[in-house]
Amino acid sequence: MKQMTRKATRHVNQNEGLIFEKSSPGKAAWKLPPLDVPEVDTAKLLGASERKDLGNMPEVSEIEIIRHFTRLSTWNYAIDLGMYPLGSCTMKYNPRVNEVVARLEGIANGHPYQPEKISQGALRIIQTLSDCLLEITGMDAITLQPAAGAHGELTGLLMVRAYHQAKGNPRKKILIPDSAHGTNPATAAMVGYSVENLKSNERGMVEVSALEAQMNEDVAALMLTNPNTLGVFEQEIHKIAEILHAKGGLLYMDGANMNALVGKVRPGDFGVDVMHLNLHKTFSTPHGGGGPGSGPVAVKRALEPFLPKPVVLQKADGTLGFEYNRPQSVGRVRSFYGNFGMFVRALAYILANGPDGLRQTTEDAVLNANYIRKGLEGVYDLPYATPSMHEVVFSDKVQAKKGVKTMDIAKRLIDYGFHPYTTAFPLIVPGALMIEPTESESKEEMDLFIEAMKSIAQEVEEDPETVLDAPHTTRVSRLDETAAARKPVLRWRPGQD
Amino acid sequence: MRYLPKSPADRKAILEAIGARSIDDLFAPIPTQYRLNRDLKVPRQMAESEIVDWFRQRSKENGLEYTSFLGAGAYMHYRPVIIDALISRGEFLTAYTPYQAEISQGTLQAIFEFQTMICELTGMEVANASMYDGSTAAAEAAMMAVRVTGRNSVVIAKSVHPEYREVLATYAQNQGLPVATTGYTDTGRLNLKELEQTITADTACVLIQSPNFFGTVEDVAAIAELAHKNGALLVVSIAEAVSLGIVEPPHEADIVAMEAQSFGVPLGFGGPFCGVIATREKFVRQMPGRLAGQTTDRNGKRGFVLTLATREQHIRREKATSNICTNQALVALMVNIFMNVYGKVGLRELAKQNLAKTAYAAEQFGKHAEVLFARAPRFNEFVVRTSEDPYVINSRLLGHKLVGGLPLRKFYPELGNAALWCCTEMTTRTAIDTAVGMLAESEAEEPSGEHVVEEVAR
Repeated sequence: MKQMTRKATRHVNQNEGLIFEKSSPGKAAWKLPPLDVPEVDTAKLLGASERKDLGNMPEVSEIEIIRHFTRLSTWNYAIDLGMYPLGSCTMKYNPRVNEVVARLEGIANGHPYQPEKISQGALRIIQTLSDCLLEITGMDAITLQPAAGAHGELTGLLMVRAYHQAKGNPRKKILIPDSAHGTNPATAAMVGYSVENLKSNERGMVEVSALEAQMNEDVAALMLTNPNTLGVFEQEIHKIAEILHAKGGLLYMDGANMNALVGKVRPGDFGVDVMHLNLHKTFSTPHGGGGPGSGPVAVKRALEPFLPKPVVLQKADGTLGFEYNRPQSVGRVRSFYGNFGMFVRALAYILANGPDGLRQTTEDAVLNANYIRKGLEGVYDLPYATPSMHEVVFSDKVQAKKGVKTMDIAKRLIDYGFHPYTTAFPLIVPGALMIEPTESESKEEMDLFIEAMKSIAQEVEEDPETVLDAPHTTRVSRLDETAAARKPVLRWRPGQD
Repeated sequence: MRYLPKSPADRKAILEAIGARSIDDLFAPIPTQYRLNRDLKVPRQMAESEIVDWFRQRSKENGLEYTSFLGAGAYMHYRPVIIDALISRGEFLTAYTPYQAEISQGTLQAIFEFQTMICELTGMEVANASMYDGSTAAAEAAMMAVRVTGRNSVVIAKSVHPEYREVLATYAQNQGLPVATTGYTDTGRLNLKELEQTITADTACVLIQSPNFFGTVEDVAAIAELAHKNGALLVVSIAEAVSLGIVEPPHEADIVAMEAQSFGVPLGFGGPFCGVIATREKFVRQMPGRLAGQTTDRNGKRGFVLTLATREQHIRREKATSNICTNQALVALMVNIFMNVYGKVGLRELAKQNLAKTAYAAEQFGKHAEVLFARAPRFNEFVVRTSEDPYVINSRLLGHKLVGGLPLRKFYPELGNAALWCCTEMTTRTAIDTAVGMLAESEAEEPSGEHVVEEVAR
């Protein structure tokens, strides 16, 4: 690096091998209490099914485990360290009180099959969160069972199919804009639908006349992300809904970007029939390095009979219980009731915000995205001039002339102390830089980001090699992904380096 | 709002920089008729102390201080304290999926180690980074078998967790994938004769669970032989991971679909848990879910990346092996730490304690009621059949802060007054003796028929 950045300073971090390389017989991090029942003869009880050897499982002490994972952790970037501007991923602050309440004993240790009589706390949490999410979305009924966004999509489309089936014809296809997440078409395929692409217009929105032309009685639903993956609100949403409804189709909303709408507008009010939410995006539950998520699905009244079972309802005596007698239900999409621990965290977040906080949060998220847009306009190419909501998409058009691509710029951003933005998505923008600051960033942090992005743009002009070889400051330089895929090494074996 | 790092002056400055008069300008793209011009009807903003109080109340209403004999796919094992200490580090908790490998080596190496340990424990050659849970892992494993074999039906054992079977039915319904069910014998094991008749030239896989829903260890080798003879794959679901410490892993399986909750994941009223799929190397390209692989950087230094992404939805879209995106990474990290704590020796000793507690409990219950499926090996669950309705027994136990076994009537009406009991290393002899004593009391009495049957367990 030519100059140090204001955001970050290099510092030493610890080397650490694989845990297996630390293992040696006789070390242990466990201690069991004395057995209060008679010892058993395992050979007699299990016969041929008895396991004698646990292979290469490690044998290490507690301090080694603590150091191992602590050292590993220091090799990660995290929201707690700084801005994490991954577009569409909504990397916002994960409040710590959420973690505390999720670990309260009755909440953390409740068994899913314990009697309803002693499950009223958990049921109340499910019910309260459901009520809040219905109010926020303007929908009529909800299931919290799906384990993540894509799982919510699956659940939603199963319900779409069941709805059409109940009318006598499940229909054949799902319309999906070319700007959509990959999960949308993958989900449609899992539900037995074919996928038809819908081209976006020059403003980055659904072309209403194209939709009109493609819409017919074979179309079960349109899967629409709103705001879409360009961060653009589909302004003709009412016409879109009308066109679908006129031919008996349904409007599915991918709620990945619901954080741009909470408290400002409700999908249920603009014609959405079914939608999923990502509690790990809009409602602050931690991403945890890739999960767990939670993907509740909210629907209009007409789709309620098809919700997965069980559903929670209030019984005659005022207590809450599970209802399994749902003859038209699509069935179960997961064991038990979903990622309950995430419900707890999402509800804690909603309670911490209240109506005013939720609205302010949305406003700040949109404010921040527009500040970044303003700061980088003219430095990076803005392929769509349409107003931005919670995220902004640039392209590498200017920098590509020097042979520098979006991924290179992203990798260089690491040297400046930031996590990269989302690269190369949405697919309709060649060389996309998709930036979502979220409401969690201060003006100072965003100014540092803008400064870093400008500085990289300048480097591209003056010294493109520095950008092409980035990152320069990390533990490892760019890794050989091609080799990893060609000859996969997916586990450690003794003697393996 | 305390999570928002901006002062009114900051907001004003930003608006000015953007060239907007007010925040409303930025929401102009939303058609006026849809804009929400009122407060959302959600509870008012609460202080942190109020939030903690609210959830503390809910915690009290949720089985606090009850001793439970429930298992059935969700197991109460001790969680070493270092699990939460380590996963609470912000660098794990608040990181995204490790797509940017250079600044995600911590998560990536942890996944690589997780995959390795899952392979060691299951006897498989490759394992993925996690699936949602055991039920969806089983369903995805069945669909994977369909892709591998090009065949289009599935046979599932009735002794697989009933909710796992329901999930498979949901997944299969629109894939043109008929699912046939094979029953169990009076040993609690899968009925091989019936399987032989059920399996066809179009069977992609036979899906069993071992230990199965009754806690019985299946004869995996015999089932594998039958499946393979007919050109089908064998998928083995494992719902109680601790069993792997003492029960031989299903070496003969082609795919293992596991629920790893027992390894340090709180019961949490059923989730989040941690599914995993493990398989043979030759099937890896048909496997769903994320995979971490070892590679080198430009200087030849060892490092890890997410790999074989061409199987996944963000690359392959409608042709992907699954639509799964977000998985259960942080929960897999809990599992990972747990496996390190117990390791090669501790896991076996832990499993042995589970076995001993269960053997003791089954023997005690057997003195006063019928313990079913006694002739096949079991791990930490067993089925007790009583003359009295288990719901009535449970209702009485509940008064003594004990949660009895899961009545099986709903899932297996043919078993009558049967309930599934579970003991782990956490179950004390005192609790077992108390439960047995109360059950014995009621079994000794003539049923009066006057008990109010309260639906106390589902």
